[in-house]
Amino acid sequence: MKMVDIIWKGNHVFILATTVLIILLYGYGSFTFTGFFSAQVFLNLFIDNAYLIIVATGMAFVIITGGIDLSVGAFVALISMISATLLEMGFNAYLVIVLTLLIGVLFGGFQGYLISQFDLHPWIVTLAGMFLARGTSFLINTESIVITNETYSYLSSAKVPIIGGGYVSIGAIIALLLVIIAIFIAKYTKFGRNVYAVGGNVSSARLMGLPVKRTTILVYMFSGFCSALGGFVFTIYMLSGYGLHLLGMEMDAIAACVIGGILLTGGFGYLIGPMLGVLSMGVIQTIIMFQGTLSSWWTKIAVGFLLFIFIVLQRLVVINRRRKEMEFSKELNVKPETETFTRKQLDT
Amino acid sequence: MKQYLLKFTRQKIFWPLTALALFLVLNLFIDPGFFEIEIKNNHLFGSLIDILNRSIPLVIISIGMTLVIAKEGIDISVGSVLAISGATAAAIMEHQNIWLALIVALIVGIVCGFWNGLLVSVFEIQPMVATLILLVVGRGIAQLITGGQILTMDNEIYSFIGTGFLFGFPFPIYIGIFVFLMMIFLKKRTAMGLFLESIGNNMTASKFAGIQPKKIILLVYTICGLCAAIAGIIVSANVSSADANNAGLWIELDAILAVVIGGTSMRGGRYFLGGTVVGALFIQTLSTTIYSIGINPQIVMVVKALVVILVCLMQSESFRRSFANMGKKKVSYT
Repeated sequence: MKMVDIIWKGNHVFILATTVLIILLYGYGSFTFTGFFSAQVFLNLFIDNAYLIIVATGMAFVIITGGIDLSVGAFVALISMISATLLEMGFNAYLVIVLTLLIGVLFGGFQGYLISQFDLHPWIVTLAGMFLARGTSFLINTESIVITNETYSYLSSAKVPIIGGGYVSIGAIIALLLVIIAIFIAKYTKFGRNVYAVGGNVSSARLMGLPVKRTTILVYMFSGFCSALGGFVFTIYMLSGYGLHLLGMEMDAIAACVIGGILLTGGFGYLIGPMLGVLSMGVIQTIIMFQGTLSSWWTKIAVGFLLFIFIVLQRLVVINRRRKEMEFSKELNVKPETETFTRKQLDT
Repeated sequence: MKQYLLKFTRQKIFWPLTALALFLVLNLFIDPGFFEIEIKNNHLFGSLIDILNRSIPLVIISIGMTLVIAKEGIDISVGSVLAISGATAAAIMEHQNIWLALIVALIVGIVCGFWNGLLVSVFEIQPMVATLILLVVGRGIAQLITGGQILTMDNEIYSFIGTGFLFGFPFPIYIGIFVFLMMIFLKKRTAMGLFLESIGNNMTASKFAGIQPKKIILLVYTICGLCAAIAGIIVSANVSSADANNAGLWIELDAILAVVIGGTSMRGGRYFLGGTVVGALFIQTLSTTIYSIGINPQIVMVVKALVVILVCLMQSESFRRSFANMGKKKVSYT
């Protein structure tokens, strides 16, 4: 029970810190700029960052297993390109949506297969996936394609009213739904438990008889699906397909996960975290926009500074937890595990 | 003779060298004049020289990256450090002495590398995460230095670094060779090389053996930052301008790729500087080949992706094993 307690406390620290951060930043904005404190400004955070919330949530699963997915940004661009091209050729809009989601699942699954089956480093595989996705979208077309399809335009301009006078877009609703589903999956399904187990310690998960390979493949599949869904949301947000969309967005997604308290060592994290991370980044962006004189690269510097603070915070929590584990194991009079087995050692 | 040949094929450098040779031969088929080198006003010109010249920034960064990867780390901020050092040099040169600009640019690289090393060694943050900070912030800082514009510079000495010729060869090649030799010296003639390999292999064991991993890690990241700064100076000197946004964009990925192709494992341990150089040359040859064939240059990325996967699969133990098993099954069934 004690272990569970510690884990809970660790997670609460991050969620709490991020929430307080958002409130502080938002409060600062409200006091400094007129018109900042309105329901619509807050809802716009969701509308403008819906695709990032979706992608970051998918990424969170991958990071919890101890991997990483660098292909997401490029893949969102590829999806926007594919949808724009197919729509231009006169395909049915709904068929295009289903098709792109399918491509996402297959693409992610293939990456997961390479990583789990041949024990390749996720960095390298997803890096190659990133090159592949960007390259393919340039092969399709090097220019930006504007989408004129009626269904897409309708989805793009649809406003869903919310109590209190504001409205959100379809994309924001999809994002919120996905976050809820992700929280459910992580907490109440076998797959979710497996993800945490694999991230905590691959070797012990394997010894427990958990399907490590299948979990890895499924996680990358889910990330691929989220990228495709994010791609769809992004496409209806921008209404254009372009191979240069969202350069370096994968780093934003990783940053959102870190700020949201997903430990990059794997095994820990609460699935609402990525959304909070995205929101805090969005608030910074909005403040800089309202401020007017600061240039946009200050966003990057501010986000980098936040990253630094949260990474150090993560580090402190991990050190604290390790100390408690040591005490805990002393009480039980067992030797603490000093060196975890690496995959290399297990193979030989 | 056969023994030597067999021994050579077992070496890590064999595969990258073969791939490089294959590509060079392929180029010969496409363009019969590929290997020709002519002398114009005492300067050597030709495709080979061109490839060599263009690959130098990547070679230098990859060499720094090799050291970092050897200790099971990674540095994804090199592209940003490259942009910062180029921007610094350009900004200082507007008002000050060029030598001062060069020295400050190098110092900036060292400071950036030191910062990364500090986070990794003292704070014990995962290398990828630690360098992620500088990757995100770095371009912002570079923008801050250049004021959001592309700074151009007209200094003869500075542009000589990027485009000048010495004894017939382009000047950057000498810088590349110098860096390479220095690293070889560090690896073979000082204790650092040995310590680095032992840390990459087993951190705990080397700690018990009396090596201080923290110092070595700090040193390695600092060297990587310095390499990025040198590359930044060459890149900005080559085009006589500092572009905070696009200079060295994605070079970190190319560098990691070069290191992996060169035979150094991402899991640390033994490292191969020669292999890395061959890997970097291979990547540049690949790009040049695709440009010279005349197909859409964007295809470079797709080809790169496929090459990475292929090379990694060949390095993967389980992939080779599954292939071996496939052969065995066939034999046993027939």
